[in-house]
Amino acid sequence: MHAKIKLQEIPELLDAEIIQGDAAENSIEGAYCSDLLSDVMANATEGNALITIQAHKNTVAVASLYGAPCIIICNNRPVPEDMIEAARDERIAIYRCSRNQFQVSGTLYRKMLDS
Amino acid sequence: MTAGFPLDPVTGPSRILELLYNMKVRDVMSADIKTASRHSPLRDIQILMKENSITGVPIVEGSRLVGMVSMDDIIRALEDGRIGHPAESGMSRNLIVLEDDMPLSFAISYMEKYHFGRFPVINKNRELVGIITSRDIIVHLLISINRELEQLEEQDRAPAQQALEGSLNRKWYTHKFDFEEAGKASTEIKKIMKEKRPDIPPKLLRRIAVAGYELEMNQVVHSEGGHIEFQLDADAAVIRAEDRGPGIPDLENALTEGWSTANEWVRSLGFGAGMGLPNTRRVADEFTIESDESGTRAKAIFYLYKSGEE
Repeated sequence: MHAKIKLQEIPELLDAEIIQGDAAENSIEGAYCSDLLSDVMANATEGNALITIQAHKNTVAVASLYGAPCIIICNNRPVPEDMIEAARDERIAIYRCSRNQFQVSGTLYRKMLDS
Repeated sequence: MTAGFPLDPVTGPSRILELLYNMKVRDVMSADIKTASRHSPLRDIQILMKENSITGVPIVEGSRLVGMVSMDDIIRALEDGRIGHPAESGMSRNLIVLEDDMPLSFAISYMEKYHFGRFPVINKNRELVGIITSRDIIVHLLISINRELEQLEEQDRAPAQQALEGSLNRKWYTHKFDFEEAGKASTEIKKIMKEKRPDIPPKLLRRIAVAGYELEMNQVVHSEGGHIEFQLDADAAVIRAEDRGPGIPDLENALTEGWSTANEWVRSLGFGAGMGLPNTRRVADEFTIESDESGTRAKAIFYLYKSGEE
């Protein structure tokens, strides 16, 4: 699955709000869904969006270490200000939506297959 | 900032940071405390201050701290004609206290944050054991800095250590449960690698970042704190992680995926999945670890120009 999804399509696709819009990349290639940061470190690949409910500064560190273009926070979990700042510094977008990880993964997966 | 310690506990010189984190509040506080009871008249406390040249008196019940009377409280009592009243009528009750085994850096950041001239110090059993003032901190820091400088001069006189041609060394400190700064070492290691060795394969870069991150998080989650050292030589990158204990009782288990001793709230943040050490061992070209009560020492080596990696 090598299809890409443009970052600017994501908010509409997931009915998500843009918490932090500045990003170094303009598209994602696949996604990784996990709330265990060590698991993300071990298994996510560069270009994957990170789908998670872990909304804190360290999520940004992990995302930046493996090379995530964006982080998608599910279940409308609150995003702290220091996380937003860290993401701005690292130029990783943050989107937040009310859907859960399963729904977000499913939507992105189907979109990848279609494109 | 009234107190204004010109010390940056994040980016300051590493020797100073080491002092700030290795010195404990109990090493610096004065344990000879003059206290008074809640029934002592404020006038007696004023006299106690004068005779002992101190600016604050803890009010205690047995060994339990119930309040604090400062010079400001005395002045206010004098202005209002309440100097004959008991201590409890003029003392501050909302006290910010320090614990005796906190690193000195905490005391400094409290001084900056709350602008008090002194803090009562309590022990694990919440008993009053001392008092710490900005003067105590300055005096003890100066003593330690003198000692450090003496050592430095000593080293200068000794034959110069061989500095490897083109090698680079960096060090970061980690602190127990300080998730704020965690991830810093690994992020910077990745940046250094990108800058100094732009030609290394992305997979290798990734492996180095994973090891750095896991070793760093291990110290934050499980140890009393420690440091991460990064050494970049011509053909290898080395990450060393050393902490101050309590050590890993069962290394075999700790290297098994899924085995974890992390507590609930650490896990709720997405850490402590029991993958840290196994991940590190998996990504490193060489990995050694040893541990006892004094601490854990781990080393991960990466060969930069092994063939075959993309």
